[in-house]
Amino acid sequence: MEGIDHLADERNKAEFDVDEMKIVWAGSRQAFEVSDRIARLVASDPVFEKSDRGRLSRKELFKSTLKKCAHAWKRIIELRLTEEEAGRLRFFVDQPAFVDLHWGMFVPAIKGQGTEEQQQKWLSLANKMQIIGCYAQTELGHGSNVQGLETTATFDPKTDEFVIHSPTQTSSKWWPGGLGKVSTHAVVYARLITDGKDYGVHGFIVQLRSLEDHSPLPNIIVGDIGTKMGNGAYNSMDNGFLMFDQVRIPRDQMLMRLAKVTKEGKYVPSDVPKQLMYGTMVYVRQTIVADASNALSRAVCIATRYSAVRRQFGAKNGGSETQVIDYKTQQNRLFPLLASAYAFRFVGEWLKWLYTDVTARLQASDFATLPEAHACTAGLKSLTTTATADGIEECRKLCGGHGYLWCSGLPELFAVYVPACTYEGDNIVLQLQVARFLMKTVSQLGSGKAPVGTTAYMARAEHLLQCRSGVQKAADWLNPAAVLEAFEARALRMAVACAKNLSKFENQEQGFSELLAELVEAAVAHCQLIVVSKFIAKLEQDIGGRGVKEQLSNLCYIYALHILHKHLGDFLSTNSITPKQASLANDQLRSLYTLVRPNAVALVDAFNYTDHYLNSVLGRYDGNVYPKLFEEAWKDPLNDSVVPDGYQEYIRPLIKQQLRTARL
Amino acid sequence: MEEHDHLAHERNKAEFEVNDMKIVWAGSRQAFEVSNRMSRLVASDPVFEKSNRAVMTRKELFKNTLRKSVHAWKLINELPLSDEESLMLRSFMDQPGFMDLHWRMFVPAIKGQGTEEQKQKWLSLANKMQIIGCYAQTELGHGSNVQGLETTATFDPQTDQFIMHSPTQTSSKWWPGGLGKVSTHAVVYARLITNGKDHGVHGFIVQLRNLDDHSPLPGITIGDIGVKFGNGAYNSMDNGFLMFDKFCIPRDQMLMRLAKVTREGKYVPSDVPRQLMYGTMVSVRQTIVSNASIAMARAVCIATRYSAVRRQFGSQNGGIETQVIDYKTQQNRLFPLLASAYAFRFVGEWLKWLYTDVTQRLEASDFATLPEAHACTAGLKSMTTSATSDGIEECRKLCGGHGYLWCSGLPELFAVYVPACTYEGDNVVLQLQVARFLMKIVSQLGSGKAPAGTTAYMGRAKHLLQCHSSIRKAEDWLNPAMVLEAFEARALRMAVSCANNLSKFENQEQGFSELLADLVEAAIAHCQLIVVSKFIDKINGEIKGKGVKNQLKNLCYIYALHLIHKHLGDFLSTNTITSEQASLASQQLRSLYSQLRPNAIALVDAFDYTDHYLGSVLGRYDGNVYPKLFEEALKDPLNDSVVPDGYHEYIRPLIKQHLRSARL
Repeated sequence: MEGIDHLADERNKAEFDVDEMKIVWAGSRQAFEVSDRIARLVASDPVFEKSDRGRLSRKELFKSTLKKCAHAWKRIIELRLTEEEAGRLRFFVDQPAFVDLHWGMFVPAIKGQGTEEQQQKWLSLANKMQIIGCYAQTELGHGSNVQGLETTATFDPKTDEFVIHSPTQTSSKWWPGGLGKVSTHAVVYARLITDGKDYGVHGFIVQLRSLEDHSPLPNIIVGDIGTKMGNGAYNSMDNGFLMFDQVRIPRDQMLMRLAKVTKEGKYVPSDVPKQLMYGTMVYVRQTIVADASNALSRAVCIATRYSAVRRQFGAKNGGSETQVIDYKTQQNRLFPLLASAYAFRFVGEWLKWLYTDVTARLQASDFATLPEAHACTAGLKSLTTTATADGIEECRKLCGGHGYLWCSGLPELFAVYVPACTYEGDNIVLQLQVARFLMKTVSQLGSGKAPVGTTAYMARAEHLLQCRSGVQKAADWLNPAAVLEAFEARALRMAVACAKNLSKFENQEQGFSELLAELVEAAVAHCQLIVVSKFIAKLEQDIGGRGVKEQLSNLCYIYALHILHKHLGDFLSTNSITPKQASLANDQLRSLYTLVRPNAVALVDAFNYTDHYLNSVLGRYDGNVYPKLFEEAWKDPLNDSVVPDGYQEYIRPLIKQQLRTARL
Repeated sequence: MEEHDHLAHERNKAEFEVNDMKIVWAGSRQAFEVSNRMSRLVASDPVFEKSNRAVMTRKELFKNTLRKSVHAWKLINELPLSDEESLMLRSFMDQPGFMDLHWRMFVPAIKGQGTEEQKQKWLSLANKMQIIGCYAQTELGHGSNVQGLETTATFDPQTDQFIMHSPTQTSSKWWPGGLGKVSTHAVVYARLITNGKDHGVHGFIVQLRNLDDHSPLPGITIGDIGVKFGNGAYNSMDNGFLMFDKFCIPRDQMLMRLAKVTREGKYVPSDVPRQLMYGTMVSVRQTIVSNASIAMARAVCIATRYSAVRRQFGSQNGGIETQVIDYKTQQNRLFPLLASAYAFRFVGEWLKWLYTDVTQRLEASDFATLPEAHACTAGLKSMTTSATSDGIEECRKLCGGHGYLWCSGLPELFAVYVPACTYEGDNVVLQLQVARFLMKIVSQLGSGKAPAGTTAYMGRAKHLLQCHSSIRKAEDWLNPAMVLEAFEARALRMAVSCANNLSKFENQEQGFSELLADLVEAAIAHCQLIVVSKFIDKINGEIKGKGVKNQLKNLCYIYALHLIHKHLGDFLSTNTITSEQASLASQQLRSLYSQLRPNAIALVDAFDYTDHYLGSVLGRYDGNVYPKLFEEALKDPLNDSVVPDGYHEYIRPLIKQHLRSARL
């Protein structure tokens, strides 16, 4: 059985060149080659084995994480991997760990907020991992509202030190990854107090543990916050808590690029524009959107392959049953997610461009586009992570009962992914920021200040508020202009309606609070328009490869039309389209499903995921699912013995009716 | 701190008598008293402690389940407890185990499908638990489609035995709970073959394990299928696999109430009507709907209490921040779930009545209402379980970051609940059955055959197809007749529209397959109408207690109006209501949220859940969340030592730059 490709017939059906699609997915030939090489490197190294993760105890899992991280770092040094390659390697190791925070948060925080001198000192240590750092911001009682943090850093001019202190239990740092058991240092956010005045939240580099024996330094209480959702998943990470009892650090460990405290205790803001910080935020969110497409495509890859393997009902004359992927109900749930994976990929690609653009402008001190870039990345982070979290769970359900097994890969993927909806800005809070920005843009319409970037369409308000969709037949829904206009009209009309309702309130803030739910919906409509428009823009690029563009075009319209169906209430209540046109969109959507069907397996092959990375018996490349499910089952510790531990104490007295003597 | 009720101020705000609401929720004073007594009994017994479930290995957890199950059985016999009390005790024990399958599937299967003689023999053993049984139906390759099972039971007239055999790997029994490690017996479903003819799937009582030493009998391969979704959760259960290698059982172990095989091998159907089996199905589904309300209520209870404890943003002049429950976005997500918990409770109560009604009719050989009862229970099972699993995850998100901690109770509740969407009929497959039934009713309209029960409204098709909603102001949405008419018109119009579209296809089955997605939506509309109408019936009945009825009214209209908003596309595209009316519904919804707000905590207190049952630090009755989060964190095995296991092998060599000599 081993060598057989059970999905070969599916792959032969494909009407496009899958190798070319792999390059489109990766972004470039070079990106594909790096990713492909590193994925194979990880998959072939036994230290990176992860199929046993669901069975490890927390301690074992944590220790295996330490081992993998140290091994990965060793490989990175030995093979002299570039930064890009090292990043890919950690990505394919696919086990949340302190190194993610060290490289993803600690080092960038010092780069972004440290002075040249501070960078020189700390980065030379951090880059060699002579110190390991984490990012200690959130507190037990304080998450999204950074300004509400309670930890204090009070300057003591007598000793030229800051006194870091946790005044209450709710002020304990809580959640930072890598904090609980590993980090030697942290960037700690605390309220800066000097001369009796509170200057708000600033960052400080604080050593937590002895570099000799790893014990916590005096007056620091640090530990792990306990078990998190799922088996495996984020339990490999030592998310931690941290309390300070008047811990002293030298004054020069305050990150001083944006403001400093002098020896005398004077608070001096620097002339570095605060806006520079937004550049980092745009970068981080761009990464999160790219991760959303990775996670969603991974789930979709598993569900699509298994939907082609799995058969149910429809056997005729004792023949084999129908592949579940042939059912319209399955397609109707699965293909929009496949389309979303591609849609998020391309909007993520565009965000990379946006980041470059923003960076270039920041360097030229041009801050004009920043509010728009900020709103747009906030909204896209929220939209893509919410859709991905829901999409992973939907993929699990699409795998039927077996999706509930840990070895399907989907339970762990879900558990490890869902925090993305909360970290780096709670998704609802972010959409409210978008809504505020939209309300501002609406209020400025006609003021001569033309909306820019992703809000440029709002300048055509006059047209969009009165236009009628020209769609007359199903095929008209494949016209990019018609689709875009429907999405633009819907988004604009929802924003304008919110603005009107807001204006009925005497107090603007009270209106905002009362209408929160509608404002969120208007923001979501705006973000969906962005995703649709960037997908359409992608199709307008030069895309080579036999049949590749046709497939992308099908996916683009599936993405747009399924959104239209899902949010039909929006489109109809704003009169952006008529019920008749909605019904035509449905007809077109069904035809598109039929077009995608023979290409489905090849479209997920294009993600180029190794079986190691997928870590799913159901999503195996070769489709050899059922024998492998047995192999996995046998590995469970409960199968170590035929008669289970506990038989003598509990089962035997029960059936022998000797409970009175049982050890209970 | 210990005795202080941090939520007292919330409880004082309530505008109704919470003790009376507890009785409404429980169904009767007697039901309340039993439930209250049993939950306290379980909560006060240290053997039933469950807060440590996540830190146990699979083997420890399984052994712990054996202990709890046997201890429960001992209590049941010693006290002794009635059937109703025993059921409540097992339910409050709240740990999936083999007992669930023994009592809910094995025993009822014998009761329903066994002859008098068989019942006498097997039930006397099973009722004392001298044997432990499970229900072995699904196979590795076969789930929802029972007729596709592959296991065979071939009659051998020479030995007067059935030969049980698993011809392929996909025919292995896979999933049955209690099978893997505990059950001594099973009801096994297999294709009955006699005289070379396949008579389809029948049930057989098969002994699996030796009653003396628990070893599997020769010819039987059996084991556990491995780790499932989440920590704790269903991993306490030994879901198993089972293969037969020509395993022989006596002829009289075929369950022979519906058909028998004679000594000579002749297949003889009995004159017991097949329809009797549907009675059991109605009973099982009714239980699943009540369980949906229990699980949803549990999640909502946690999220509501924690939303009152948790504060975020909005602090003025350094005062305390706003309770998150005061935000409209939070209310807009949370309160419809609270309303759904009550809605599902009452529709479940009505299903109990339906089951009684169906049973009486069956006994009188009146099968007329059976198709309608079957469709309605299928649809309600599907709708309530889907809404509940989504609702639990939404509640987790409503708790912010801390909802991701296992000790919030929500990750495990989600993991343990989601299989309800798959077992006893996949939710999408079930809605298709409803849709088929609706299409049949529509086709018979005007034939003189009046639709009965929950489809009675379809008898008023003429009116419902042309009526216009007369809503003019927001308060009109509190008029039960107007709300009902909107839901009826929407459901009927969607069904009729599906029927029209179906009629355009030459081949009815092909049309059905093409329109599956639309048909599912029509079925859901019908089921939502049922829930709304049963809630309205409930509030039209007699309800005692100060303010209780008012609260239920608010919840009823929140339930109905949030559905209108969520499925606005349906209501608008069928012209059931206008955009203006929809906007009035949203206004009314907001004002209902404000009315509900002061009662929210008391409304979840009315579920009468103990802290033991909730198993949630965030949902504690006293709201003393933050100190208890610390207590839980300190219990994690990772906190056993300050310096973690693995430091010397991996962390020290890393920071000391000695990786080459590290043990990797």
